[in-house]
Parts: sequence; structure tokens; C-alpha cells
Amino acid sequence: MLHIFCPHCGELRSEEEFHAKGQAHIPRPLDPTACTDAEWGEYLFFRDNPRGIHHELWVHSAGCRKYFNATRHTVTYEILETYKIGEKPSVTAAGTAEKKASDQGVTA
Amino acid sequence: MSNLINVYQQRPAAAHAESPLFHAGLEQLAGKGSARAGVTVREKKLLGHLTLRGDAKDPAFAGGVHKALGLELPVALTLVAAGDTSLQWLAPDEWLLIVPSGSEFAVEQKLREALEGQHISIVNVSGGQTLLELTGPKVREVLMKSTSYDVHPSNFPAGKAVGTHFAKSQLVIRHTAEDTWELLIRRSFSDYFWLWLQDASAEFGLAIKA
Ligand SMILES: [Zn+2]
Repeated sequence: MLHIFCPHCGELRSEEEFHAKGQAHIPRPLDPTACTDAEWGEYLFFRDNPRGIHHELWVHSAGCRKYFNATRHTVTYEILETYKIGEKPSVTAAGTAEKKASDQGVTA
Repeated sequence: MSNLINVYQQRPAAAHAESPLFHAGLEQLAGKGSARAGVTVREKKLLGHLTLRGDAKDPAFAGGVHKALGLELPVALTLVAAGDTSLQWLAPDEWLLIVPSGSEFAVEQKLREALEGQHISIVNVSGGQTLLELTGPKVREVLMKSTSYDVHPSNFPAGKAVGTHFAKSQLVIRHTAEDTWELLIRRSFSDYFWLWLQDASAEFGLAIKA
């Protein structure tokens, strides 16, 4: 069983206390009535499904009942970080690719 | 503005109130359990439970709460108490205030007055939940059988309170003194937890206190 760090409670808790709530950082269109059907459909139904680093919304449902974000690796299931809503992730796919490139001596 | 909020006496003196464990007849069971009980259960019934919400970072909110209750807002996973009144952190913007039975209406009004004009919420949830007090040398063992949360004193000292899984449901565990713990349970789950506790405590000896 995984232990997940709740940024609100400030400690590691059993995975069973949490629920995953899908992709994070999806802004609701500011003016829904101005959206085309395609734009609204994109917002409502379409989600990324990356192989690798993914930012997700989780909820500490049995504990503080608050939402937070988690950066998770979809292949290894490793949870690389958790952070509060409104904060930016420190681990990103772009950042990881950059680090890999520099580790291998590749310059842009 | 408090005059727009419907605040009323939810427990009129003339009304007959039944706790969530009324049907269990705990009064009749008191004193009939194991003589050397490892676990003693007492329902702290019909207390006033108020859910308080507000902005913890706003000094006016913390100040207003202190003015009304004489208690500091507790930080994450803790509770503070003075006499029969306790204030517990439930979430970053939510606390549970438990006050003696019958005083909840006056306390709510006092809080509303102290927090006048602020973006806050106070909800009387007394009818929806109850407190079970567990005392005795084997309580921690019963908790260990019931939850995956680490209840060792190094992780769960007195003064800590956590919401977690318990048996096949959820509740809040409050550690109030060395061998004293409290379970905050929802009304609709009270029978389930009562049955679970009887079963889990059987090997240690269970006694009931009225
Ligand atoms: Zn939490």
C-alpha cells in the first residue's frame, strides 16, 4: 500500500484514505457561452493520457476532505510530489526531459 | 449579517432527545460488563456539536474565535480543550466545536457576534453525530485492530485528532489523555461502530459506563 503525503494534514497517510479525481490544472472557460461546441467539449470531456509524468487532482476523502494536486508517474505509479490547489508543480515532463538531455550532454 | 441567518434553538428544553445509540440501551448495560475490563466505553451523548468554518490566516477570525470561546484555533491534526468545551481542527478552514449539552445555541450566538461581518459559517450538527469515549489499558490494541492509522504514542500523542478509516467506515479518532480516546461517529454509522467495538473489545474485556 502506498503512503501519500497530504499537504493539508502535513503527514503521510494510507492510500485508502484518498481518491483520485482525474487530471489537474483544467481551467473552466471564463465565458462558457462564448465557447464553440468543440471548445466546450474539449473542456468537458477530453483528458490527457500520458505515459510518464501526469498531474492529477486527488482528495483526502477520509481525512481532511480537501483536494490537492499530485504529480504521478503513470508507468511506475510513483507519486513524485503533492501540492496544494493554486500551486505549481515542481516536477514536470518538460523539466524531466531537460534534465535528461543535460545529463547526457545534449545542449539545445 | 446575522439577521439574515436563521439561527434558532434546535434543542428546546421540552423536547425528548434520543442519542444515536439510544436503541443500544447503554444505561442498562452499565456495570454488567467484564470486572477487569481492558476497554470501557461511554457515550458522551447529546453534546452540542458545531462546525465552524472561516479563514485561519485572518487574524480577525482567530481573534474573534478566541474572544468568544477563550480558545486558540488549533493547528492541523490537533484539538484544544477547556473544561467541557473542545475545539478540533478538521480541515484547513474547518473546526469542530463541542460544547456542553444545552449551551450550543448561546455559544453559536456568541460566536456570530464576535465574527460579525466576516465570511464564516457555523452549523449546528449535534443531531448528526455522537462521541464515544474509550478508556482503559487495551484501547490502543482495539484501535490497532480497527484502523491502518498508526496509533503509537510517538505518532499519535494526546492532543492529536485525525479523520481516518476505521473498520469498513470512517470516523475521527481523538486522543484526549494517555489511556483515553474518543471516536467521533456519524449517527447512521453508530450502530455499526457499536457492534464492531463489542466484537473487537471482547478478547480484552468490555465494560460500559453510563
Ligand atoms: Zn488531509
